[in-house]
Amino acid sequence: MVRSLHVTASALVISAIIGIPGGTWLALARFPGKRIATAIIYTGMGLPPVVVGLVVYLFLSHSGPLGNLGWLFTVRAMVVAQVIIATPLIVGVTMSSVLGVDPALRPQLRALGATRWQATRAILLEARFGVIVGLVAGFGSIISEVGAVMLVGGNIDGRTRVLTTAVVLETRQGHFAFALALGVILLALSFVANLVMVSGQGKLAEPS
Amino acid sequence: MSDPLYTLTDVQHIYGTRTVLRIPSLTIQPGEIFTLVGPSGAGKSTLLRLLALLEAPSRGQVSLCLNGRQVTYNSASTGDRRQLAMVFQRPALLSRNVRANVGYGLRVRGQQDRRAQIDAALKRVSLSHLAKARPRTLSGGEAQRVAVARALILEPQVLLLDEPTANLDPFNVRLIENLVREQHDLYGSTIVLVTHNIFQARRLATRIAFLLDGQLIETASAEAFFATPQDQRTAAFVSGELIY
Repeated sequence: MVRSLHVTASALVISAIIGIPGGTWLALARFPGKRIATAIIYTGMGLPPVVVGLVVYLFLSHSGPLGNLGWLFTVRAMVVAQVIIATPLIVGVTMSSVLGVDPALRPQLRALGATRWQATRAILLEARFGVIVGLVAGFGSIISEVGAVMLVGGNIDGRTRVLTTAVVLETRQGHFAFALALGVILLALSFVANLVMVSGQGKLAEPS
Repeated sequence: MSDPLYTLTDVQHIYGTRTVLRIPSLTIQPGEIFTLVGPSGAGKSTLLRLLALLEAPSRGQVSLCLNGRQVTYNSASTGDRRQLAMVFQRPALLSRNVRANVGYGLRVRGQQDRRAQIDAALKRVSLSHLAKARPRTLSGGEAQRVAVARALILEPQVLLLDEPTANLDPFNVRLIENLVREQHDLYGSTIVLVTHNIFQARRLATRIAFLLDGQLIETASAEAFFATPQDQRTAAFVSGELIY
């Protein structure tokens, strides 16, 4: 359970660090090829996890371009796969949330003396409910993920086994009650994590 | 006469393939209530955005004289930009309460103790009773008064107003016009006002520029603009005839 949380939390933090600024930039910046970039992000939101796992596996395998890192069948490889799955989701939802903020607000804030960064920060705060939804979606997609982490982690007892891969293993061995119990724990974990994130929505409002 | 506050030289502004503004030359003096009039689509708001240094002109130069230095869109520092404040036609407010909106400009300037100034600004726009209200609960007039208050609180050297009373009732129109006059007379701000309402221009302006199809047709003192318009299109606009 601790490993599940560790892998998911690490991947979520990294995805958020990339995804929130990335989504904000994609929403506010004007550049050639923006539509193509947006289409790529939307495609990334529907990436089949098992394909992500396969690609990460090939990159990290001994004969792969990143094989010398020695990350295959480690928690690091699982985090990498989950970051690839969650980041497009966070980017996409952040982008659409920022686009949902009144487009007149940013120039208005600039016209009141806000720097680009201050105005962007204010816009992001206006979009905070959507950004939290992006984090929740990202979290949901990786805490429940099994295909990619199984492939790149190897489901090694005591090292890379997480709740989802343990459920698969226990089910295959016919230990249905135990598998079900693990499933309930996974669900409870997800509920508590989402509760924490949703509570954060209200606390992000700034004082006057 | 002192140096002009604004000097525009060979300004053209292009959106896509359309030239929306073409102004060979224009100056605005410090201390004026300079009013831009003209029908919808004449380029008034575009010109105001250039004056607010929110956009650079596609061609030519918009230069602003601040503390003896000439600054442009490209050379203006954050400190320079903070000498200006603009009120947009539609008040885009933060979802935070009225007090937070009015204090926003002070907050981004790093001012810690804002309470007294916010209270005073709210009093000026007769909104003290709505300090804790959320923008979605405000009427159009109240929201626009919040937008005006958050600009006035900054005591800007230049106050730019884009149709600040469009779609407002007579009470709010008078209140905002009085605030503009007060800002000019008591605080010495230069005002650049965009309006399609010639009666408002007559009430407030010291000098008026008439824009039509992105071109500056005529610039004159308020008195001369109405009494002896030099261009027949200006005369037609002043007399209330529609020009398209």
